[in-house]
Amino acid sequence: MYNFEFSNPKTIENATKALSSEDAQALGGGQTLLPTMKQRLASAEVLVSLSGISEMVGVSQSDGTVSIGGATTHAEVARQSREAYPALAQLAGKIGDPAVRNRGTIGGSLANNDPAACYPAGALASGATIQTNKREIQADEFFRGMFETALDEGEIITSVTFPVPEVANYQKFEQPASRFALVGVFVAKTSGGVRVAVTGASNNGVYRWREAEAALSTDFSASAIDGMSGDPSDMIEDLHGSPAYRAHLVGVLTRRAVSSCS
Amino acid sequence: MPTVTMNINGRQMSANVENRTLLVAALREDLNLTGTHVGCDTSQCGACLVHVNGKAVKSCTMLAVEADGADVETIEGQANADGSLNVIQQAFQDHHGLQCGFCTPGMVMSAAALLKENPKPTEAEIRNHLEGNICRCTGYQGIVNAIMAASGQSVAMAAE
Repeated sequence: MYNFEFSNPKTIENATKALSSEDAQALGGGQTLLPTMKQRLASAEVLVSLSGISEMVGVSQSDGTVSIGGATTHAEVARQSREAYPALAQLAGKIGDPAVRNRGTIGGSLANNDPAACYPAGALASGATIQTNKREIQADEFFRGMFETALDEGEIITSVTFPVPEVANYQKFEQPASRFALVGVFVAKTSGGVRVAVTGASNNGVYRWREAEAALSTDFSASAIDGMSGDPSDMIEDLHGSPAYRAHLVGVLTRRAVSSCS
Repeated sequence: MPTVTMNINGRQMSANVENRTLLVAALREDLNLTGTHVGCDTSQCGACLVHVNGKAVKSCTMLAVEADGADVETIEGQANADGSLNVIQQAFQDHHGLQCGFCTPGMVMSAAALLKENPKPTEAEIRNHLEGNICRCTGYQGIVNAIMAASGQSVAMAAE
């Protein structure tokens, strides 16, 4: 990888300053960015590490919500949100492998918005609020397409707040080599209705499956969406699966998630 | 060039590295700790697995400057004080947990991380934990047997 200046701020304020210089790039756990830089698909003049910012690490609960610092690793989310939000802990505990989970962070994953990442589905289905160093962004406004988010230059995710649903479940059909989701579906049932978020399937990244949400909000059972499948017209085609296969998996995994909620 | 100081296997060690130097390169090339291997260099295979502040990480996917001031454990620190193999290493030898041995440093460090958190893992838990460690020789059964044995459990159980 090309060399860079390295900045290791201890506060969000100093990170914001470091990121204001031209061609600065935030570094979370580095589990995506470092391999990308090695391949010279990405480079930066200044790399600003967020892992030393203690105010961005940790999991806290209050009043039906779980808040997670942006620099909290997947392993810590899996450990610390197990009781407060089991479906989210289960999602975090199945990302990558144990060593990757000890480095990769929730903020890094959401900011990258990989079309097959797990966290975007969890955040979108839960209706999470993404707190940055500049503002709050609702999950519905945050994800803008494959590897695209509402984040501006120099904007970093400082924490993510999840309203804890009545029940929730995440089903991931794992691509066994990468351990990314070939398709993943997160179902969350709240007092305001059911939300279903799909990752791994669409060329536009994570999305809400509105037809299933409408059917499940009336009748929260797998049979309510019997025979339904995703719309394959804009789904990912690669050597692991065709659009039709992914569309089929969307239906299967949603039914499994609903069944696992009861 | 920045100086990185780490406590490696209980000893303070320093190296002058570039910002882009990976932790595994600093360990192998600057500090001559060549027990940690580079297999895939893409964080898939786990041959480079070391512990940083007690957590298993892939040292090919972490910058050396990120480990400044950290406690690092590598395969070189695993043997007993008298130089004999520790319980995990001995179990790998006894149960055919290696053939060519290339993945072994990562396997042993991964096993050590597992047993620290979960002293009596089931076979399923061992296999799940080893998802990020690839071995192309053994078919994994010998490795799973070795970790069962190292945790004081019956190996016949793992073979069932």
